[in-house]
Amino acid sequence: MARTFSVRTQPGFTFIAMFCFFLLYLPIVTLVVYAFNSGQSVAIWEGFSFRWFESAWHNRAVQEASLRSIFLAAFAATLSTLVATMAALATTRTAPYPGLTFKYAFINQPLMVPEIVTAVALLIVFSRIKVWTGYSGIAYLLAAHTAFCIPFAYLPIRARLENMDLTLERAAADLYATPWNAFKRVTLPLLWPGIIAGFMLAFVISLDDVVITEFVKSGGQETLPTYMLGQLRRVVTPEINAIATVFLLISVAFVTTFFIINRRKP
Amino acid sequence: MATPREIAVAAEQRDIRNRWLLSSPALIIIFLAAIGPLFVVLLYSFMLKGDYGDVKPWQFSSDGWFGVFLQRDIFDDTLTIADAHISIFWRSVKLSLVTTLVTLFLGFPTAYFIATRPPQRRDIWLFLVTIPFWTNILIRTFAMQEVIRNEGIVNSVMIWIGLISAPVQIMFTDWAILFGMAYVYLPLMVLPLYASMEKIDFRLVEAGYDLYATRLQVLWRIIIPLVKPGIIAGSILVFIPSLGAYVTPRVLGGGKNMMLGNLIELQFGQGRNWPLGAALSITLMIIVTFALLVYVRNASKSGGSHG
Repeated sequence: MARTFSVRTQPGFTFIAMFCFFLLYLPIVTLVVYAFNSGQSVAIWEGFSFRWFESAWHNRAVQEASLRSIFLAAFAATLSTLVATMAALATTRTAPYPGLTFKYAFINQPLMVPEIVTAVALLIVFSRIKVWTGYSGIAYLLAAHTAFCIPFAYLPIRARLENMDLTLERAAADLYATPWNAFKRVTLPLLWPGIIAGFMLAFVISLDDVVITEFVKSGGQETLPTYMLGQLRRVVTPEINAIATVFLLISVAFVTTFFIINRRKP
Repeated sequence: MATPREIAVAAEQRDIRNRWLLSSPALIIIFLAAIGPLFVVLLYSFMLKGDYGDVKPWQFSSDGWFGVFLQRDIFDDTLTIADAHISIFWRSVKLSLVTTLVTLFLGFPTAYFIATRPPQRRDIWLFLVTIPFWTNILIRTFAMQEVIRNEGIVNSVMIWIGLISAPVQIMFTDWAILFGMAYVYLPLMVLPLYASMEKIDFRLVEAGYDLYATRLQVLWRIIIPLVKPGIIAGSILVFIPSLGAYVTPRVLGGGKNMMLGNLIELQFGQGRNWPLGAALSITLMIIVTFALLVYVRNASKSGGSHG
């Protein structure tokens, strides 16, 4: 009567886990399926078609919002990755020095404050500046996005740096490399995967942001998420599903790449 | 003549100065567009409200802070408890706590399931949790809306199996907000739980069974104490964004079932009471900071005992 006894199983856990995965994907799958509905409804299936993808593609508001979202994300991710790389180089691989803990706290601060509070704070300050300067362009969104992207770009870069010891840089210095050359030829190539991971994380975070953008944007500055939020108040057609599906695909592509890059250890 | 020691000290100081220079752009951007504005919020919470939104600059008043829990009668200036605000505070705390419990109940077995897979399989399961996590919160909320609406799949299935005869109204109730938040924040519970479960030494579990412990005893007396840091981290990670949630209650709760985030927005929109909105924001931040402090204290405690 040999019954296998696994010390790892707990009764019902596998069932709940499977239920959990089912729950995680049921809404997403439903959303994607109805993007291909040929009818007007997001609840009654009438047949397969690409018509909502076409109509979203030709929708002027969607085009503008998408381009603005991509521009914002590209700018915010580039600038935040640049300054986060510099900050990571300055805060790792060193004996503790005065102000180091302060820097950690400062850089990670946007992660600790509820988004709605940051949004309101920026609304207050930027509306004042808008009155004073008369400028109400996209720079406010660029500044806000860059700021909250920094901690996300910083995380993987810092993690990568902490796994790299200083041996190779010291060797370069022993071989009369200038600090800049040692950085360019040794540190940077080793750090590159962390920088790319940081950039992608920052890009997705900027692309996804709803709350802060909603409060900071001036008239005519819809991004794709705020456009969708506005549309949800009206009668929704599967066009929203189609936009969401494409959005989803982009996020998944980014996360997959991030995942693959991060698995390669230095 | 500089001694070698003086040269070393000077080099170290130069290094520290360079490190400050190198990190200054990040610090300046965060100060200008994240931390600095928070101080302005604090300042605004003590000013007199403007007639059409904004504030009357440098005219100080405590009305904003009184308004958090009290309201002034428009006729005789008596102060009464602001029932509407109390009920929104209570709903926010209640829904955030229940969301934390629901995600813990669902996320614990899920994380355990992933942690007990063969090592090469774990990444795939983990990846399946990560995908929804990185999907736009608005998209996930909208997806939830399609599932729980009257014509949605939940109602359709329940009617089909004969559980109910007419659709149950879930949208625009507290239940909708709860379902939405639990769905949106579930990965935030699973990931830290998994991180601490991955490190479980199963020889301890084996030892438990050798000493005639039942499965429930092993779970309760061995596994749960071992992963306590993960439980606390996951709970904090779910509780804090739930408390400040804005998108989910706005989309799923409709206009009536507000949470704190929506109450704050209201003051800057139709309410035209910026000082009150600022005071509410600071209140929310104090609650969140308090929760974080509890977490940090617990994390350092358990970090000490488990190594």
